[in-house]
Amino acid sequence: MIENLSRRNFLTRGSAAVSALWLSAHWPAVVAAAEHAHQAAKSSAPPKFQFFTPEEATEVDAIAACILPSDETPGAHEAGVVYFIDRGLTTFAVDDQKTYREGLPALQVRVRELFPSVAKFSAATHEQRDQVLRSLDEHSAPARTDSQSGGAPTFFHVVRIHTIVGFMIDPDSGGNHEGVGWKVIGREPEHMFQPPFGYYDKDYAGWQPNSPDAEKSKA
Amino acid sequence: MKPDLPKYKTSDEVDFVVVGSGAAGGILAKELSTNGFRVVVLEQGPYLTESDFVHDEVKVIGEDLLTNKPKLQPTSFRKTPNEKAKPQRALVYGRLVGGTSVHFTANFWRFHEIDFVERSKIGPVPGADLRDWPITYADLEPYYTKVEWEIGVSGLAGASPFDPPRSKPYPMPPLPVKGSGVIFERAARKLGWHPFPAPMAILSQSRAGRGACINCGFCLSFGCEVGAKSSSLATAIRMAEKTGRCEIRPNSYVHRIEMDTNGRVTGAVYFDEQRNTHLQKAKAVVVCANGAETPRLLLLSANKQFPNGLANSSGIVGKYLMLNSGGVTTAVFEHPLNDYKGFAVSRVLHDFYELDPQKVGFYGGGGLDARFDQTPIGFALENWPNIWKDHSGSGDRNSLPPGTPRWGKAFKDTLTHNFSRTMEIFAHGTSLPVENNSFSLDPDLKDAWGLPALCLTYKDHPDDLKLWAWQNTRAHELLDAAGAQKKWSQPVKESEFAVHLLGTCRMGNDPKTSVINSDHRTHDVKNLFLCDGSSLVTSGRGQPTMTIEALAFRAADCITALAKRGEIT
Repeated sequence: MIENLSRRNFLTRGSAAVSALWLSAHWPAVVAAAEHAHQAAKSSAPPKFQFFTPEEATEVDAIAACILPSDETPGAHEAGVVYFIDRGLTTFAVDDQKTYREGLPALQVRVRELFPSVAKFSAATHEQRDQVLRSLDEHSAPARTDSQSGGAPTFFHVVRIHTIVGFMIDPDSGGNHEGVGWKVIGREPEHMFQPPFGYYDKDYAGWQPNSPDAEKSKA
Repeated sequence: MKPDLPKYKTSDEVDFVVVGSGAAGGILAKELSTNGFRVVVLEQGPYLTESDFVHDEVKVIGEDLLTNKPKLQPTSFRKTPNEKAKPQRALVYGRLVGGTSVHFTANFWRFHEIDFVERSKIGPVPGADLRDWPITYADLEPYYTKVEWEIGVSGLAGASPFDPPRSKPYPMPPLPVKGSGVIFERAARKLGWHPFPAPMAILSQSRAGRGACINCGFCLSFGCEVGAKSSSLATAIRMAEKTGRCEIRPNSYVHRIEMDTNGRVTGAVYFDEQRNTHLQKAKAVVVCANGAETPRLLLLSANKQFPNGLANSSGIVGKYLMLNSGGVTTAVFEHPLNDYKGFAVSRVLHDFYELDPQKVGFYGGGGLDARFDQTPIGFALENWPNIWKDHSGSGDRNSLPPGTPRWGKAFKDTLTHNFSRTMEIFAHGTSLPVENNSFSLDPDLKDAWGLPALCLTYKDHPDDLKLWAWQNTRAHELLDAAGAQKKWSQPVKESEFAVHLLGTCRMGNDPKTSVINSDHRTHDVKNLFLCDGSSLVTSGRGQPTMTIEALAFRAADCITALAKRGEIT
């Protein structure tokens, strides 16, 4: 158990946020959580394309980078979103394979319609890429179709959802490479937290009773 | 260490079959087996344990690890009984040992005295069939206390001036306050309201071999991997197994209750994992399958004596469904709250629990809570389940400000700024019992086993929507007093999706207007009992599970007394 903990570097990771007193009070739960995170990390697969060809992967990576761009902070590219989507298409998102197989060529058709001199999406400028995706987005207004009733999801909507999922998912679950997505949104990586949690509860003086003169209806 | 778990043969007539292992089923299993009875619990979902509970949003929410499966169990929706229902995901409930108590928020308010006697107090409400309960708050009080002490609830007795009387304090102090709770408490007091620490079915201290909450932040929609959330799985189910008289049989999908020519039920028919059919014989059957599946099971069990559904001589099985009205107002603050840490809710207020219809112009009442219950993907996609199932582009949780671009730099910048600075005020409120609002059997749609699917028929009573809008205004007042930088509400609109499943086999003294009596025995069948959200006569103000569990403890006492007097068999 202890070996597992240190291999996972779990307590080191947690200790910045957690005091020894809190830790001792919560020890059984902490050990359970550490073991749990360790098992989850062990099961995540190494990145390797299983569904996309390398060429397709380049295009998907380029689309994802428009949805969550890399600027002062990392984006979908740094989070390895394309690897997450690739793995997803052979596991939890098998139903979406057709959407990608048909959507990627259709995307290239749209690129050439709008920019005849550009060979493929990933060769376009950033402005051109945004324009292509906007045209796909506009043409696929979010119809509230239901999977049960057979409404076909559009390519751009599916890539958008998969990109966001791959950027935001718990890093132990096979996406969000090195937790960069969480770093960007300010979600600390620890598996457990101790109050105070943020700015507003830092100086909380403790519970003070309400005045006893409560009126039931404020209406 | 592991208790000797019994394995009963299906031909072995046990004392009780309990259908469902959730909030009510878990407690009935525990109480009845503790009282010396031989019990088989048939649960349609799998028997998962803490080691299965991960933070993987795709697995847990996207793939319904813990919940009903739309692909296997399609559902339909319509607004009124005259329409043809269209296939659509219409409800969510826990489908595993422990039921919905595994993934719930764990808000554990008691109902107040008014919830049991409201019809007498305010008179009839047009368009609804509001009724008093056949029991009062005083009847249920000892059982609320039992839930708090035996299942484990954190809270502070006396903190809310509106709380009903209680016989004992909470067994442990409230959970720590979150940033959302501090903001809520300060602003509410400025307005002269009375916020208080949220009663939560989550351990604030180690107790009974279970560790305290570690504030991991994956709480609502997730199973607790350290057992700090007081689900039936972490509590009652294990206590039931310790008696050595209770068998929990997972992956057992009950689809019919058998009856003999004397009008007594003889057991429950179920599919096992391989879809083989079995009949588990029992002296009595207790159905705790939730407010949707319990009426469905009765309707599926129609027979010669009860052509409209078992125990449905009244014709109201499945009707008077109440979902609890209300929605979320979201706000962004200047500094990071980091409210993603911890459980969902740390402060509540009940100043609006009993509104005067003469003053506000509608019937109803509610409570506000301060929370952040979003996990990262759900936050960015603005409503996980719908987005994932439908691939529809706009969710309706509205966690991002209206008008936020859906992709690109501005989208990313909003996520970056808002995720740590967002909190929500959830308005919970009453729903009126309306006869047309129901769960019924869809005439066409079938589940993966070939059985009629659930059809949800629902159109909110106008007062329920007025209450929702009224409470949104209070939430905005509070957020103004708190100095929120931005705030917006989910639009008030008619419900098309059910989470709280209440009132569909309601309790009452009159067999014409209710399905069970105050002992939870069906009026029609002497050895058939129902206990879960379906038993509720009124909706309360939005947090039903505490009351469902108190009812289960009480039902177990009633059933035990009947059995000991020889009045069941």
